Amino acid sequence: MTFDAAQREAYWSRTRNLMIVHLVIWFIFSYIVHAFAVPLNNISFFGWPLGYYFAAQGSLAIFVIQLFAFNFQQEKINREFGVAEEDE
Amino acid sequence: MALFSFEGKDFVQNLPKLYGFYTGGFLAFFALMAFFETLGMGPDMIGILFVLFTIAIYALIGVLSRTMQVDAYYVAGRQVPPVFNGMATAADWMSGASFVALAGGVFMGGHGYLAFVVGWTGGYVLVATLMAPYLRKFGCYTVPDFIGTRYGGKVARLSAVLVLVVASFTYVTAQINATGTIAARALNIPFEVGVWFGLAGILVCSMLGGMRAVTWTQVAQYIVLIIAYLIPVFWMSIVQGFGPLPQISYGPAVARIMELEPMVGVGTLTAQESIRGLSTLTTLHATPQEGAMAAWRFITLAMCMMVGTASLPHILMRYFTTPSIRAARNSVAWSLFFIFLLYFTAPALATFSKLQMLDPNLPTAIIGQPIEDVLALEWIQRWSAIGMLAVVDSNGDGILQINEFFIRPDIIVLATPEMAGLPYVISGLVAAGGLAAAMSTADGLLLAMANAISHDLYYKIIDPKAETRKRLLVARFLLVIIGAGGALVASLQLTGILGAVAWAFCFAMSGLFFPLVLGVWWKRANRPGAIAGMLVGLAVGSWYLYMVYAGGMEPWLGLDHLRFGIVGAAASVIAMVVVSLMTKEPDAETQAMVDEVRLPRGETIIPAKQ
Repeated sequence: MTFDAAQREAYWSRTRNLMIVHLVIWFIFSYIVHAFAVPLNNISFFGWPLGYYFAAQGSLAIFVIQLFAFNFQQEKINREFGVAEEDE
Repeated sequence: MALFSFEGKDFVQNLPKLYGFYTGGFLAFFALMAFFETLGMGPDMIGILFVLFTIAIYALIGVLSRTMQVDAYYVAGRQVPPVFNGMATAADWMSGASFVALAGGVFMGGHGYLAFVVGWTGGYVLVATLMAPYLRKFGCYTVPDFIGTRYGGKVARLSAVLVLVVASFTYVTAQINATGTIAARALNIPFEVGVWFGLAGILVCSMLGGMRAVTWTQVAQYIVLIIAYLIPVFWMSIVQGFGPLPQISYGPAVARIMELEPMVGVGTLTAQESIRGLSTLTTLHATPQEGAMAAWRFITLAMCMMVGTASLPHILMRYFTTPSIRAARNSVAWSLFFIFLLYFTAPALATFSKLQMLDPNLPTAIIGQPIEDVLALEWIQRWSAIGMLAVVDSNGDGILQINEFFIRPDIIVLATPEMAGLPYVISGLVAAGGLAAAMSTADGLLLAMANAISHDLYYKIIDPKAETRKRLLVARFLLVIIGAGGALVASLQLTGILGAVAWAFCFAMSGLFFPLVLGVWWKRANRPGAIAGMLVGLAVGSWYLYMVYAGGMEPWLGLDHLRFGIVGAAASVIAMVVVSLMTKEPDAETQAMVDEVRLPRGETIIPAKQ
């Protein structure tokens, strides 16, 4: 398998961008929403005050879903560039 | 090896069946205990049977999976499927503190305390995106192995071992402490004896089979701890009328608490007396404190827990055990899923537990009831007798007010089944779950330290020609020594469980986060930079901790002793970048190595057999 410097660079920039996208989502649900917990708590979400809901459950669920999505996307990039591992 | 071989395709394919059988067996044991209780078996006996039965199973797995092979001992033969590695990581991760203290913290501390919940889950996003796949590609045995190979040189390797030991040792004393506490209570033995008993259980699981034994006992421990955590919550939810799926329907319970709080005076009535170790409820359940400082405190605590997660070696090394890089990545997602099951239940547990005390419409209510009636309750008597709870009629009106009920936050999880009037078999189950949580984390931590010292210090630096047999004997010897040291420190009871846990995270992030991340993501990072990053981070972090905790220094920007990792990590990244840029860039070979690490396909960087 030949994999020249240009391909390497292209592969890595796609991987890096994917990482950045996911860290932005992570940053929003880790920090930004909780910084606004007080105003968010005035909104009711199925009985929960929304600010509390994000800290107790919402952010956590988003992290879980996000990681499965991340794996799917990363694997897609790997296949596109032919660097995915062989299936066992 | 007559029963199971613990390797090969057959073993891996049989895993779901084996653990399915095990889960069924555990539930059958639970049913049997419930039956015995109806026949009149006492609570003490049920507790003893739960603890002994589960420890016997872990010990059996530990003995069956003994090994003399390096690959099996250090990385479980690199054949653990993602879902099972996810469960093992979840058990490795969720400590006695998560199991026992978390819901109690949320109960007493309200919204601010949820920073732990957010932090202990969000960290896995960093692990998956920045670390796990690349460390797996490296093919290392330990975390210092990565540092030593990427940056080269003995000093870098040794610095990594140092940070690892400081962080893990801080953590493990808390876990041995928790193991001893639970064992002591369940078996009715003194705490000092309980600590050594717990240590014996921990060592049986890890000593003979190393990572392989720890992996398969951790899966078994996860199953016990998650069953033990969920059953009481489901039960309470059904009893209180919130349906069989509490996690998605406890919103109205939160709303009801917020409605009751002004009536009973939460946040307005403060305690008239002070009782050591106990406190009254003064923080609102779901209402965050106003102001920028409260938000900042939430964010910085969550940040320390997240970055610490991504730097703790006993977690990172779990991802060395998967068969491929894709499997490593998937297993991070599964880890988070299994962890999520417990963490999104903890606030529900805290909510139900509080509601059943406050709501006058529920038969379990104690606040606003005559003190005489409350004192007659069995659970109040049981926990008061050992000083974990106190009821004092400060204003002498004969009615229990919110500021007259004193409780130790740590006991909420353990006492909740009794408050709810659930049969004692549930309490026995919860004790077994707490023990599983503390033991599994202690196992992972002890192994991380013993492996790093035996592989990186002994084999890589002191005696590179050592035979396999000798290497593995040294590893086992170290395991016992470090375990005994941990138990010794634990029996002194220097800090609370949760404080020690937060410190461990801060130590790990101060010393290891940036050297690990930049090792993959910044080609220019070099040896002097990494050494500076580790040592300066650890030194500045430790100094700041000392000054804030004992030295009487005013914390900077509200960063107290639970958050010292932010100061340490900032010093680490500055030192690492500055020193790297001031010194020569890494040689072409190292740069090529970093290029290779970034590609999933191909051989590992460190050859598979060495």
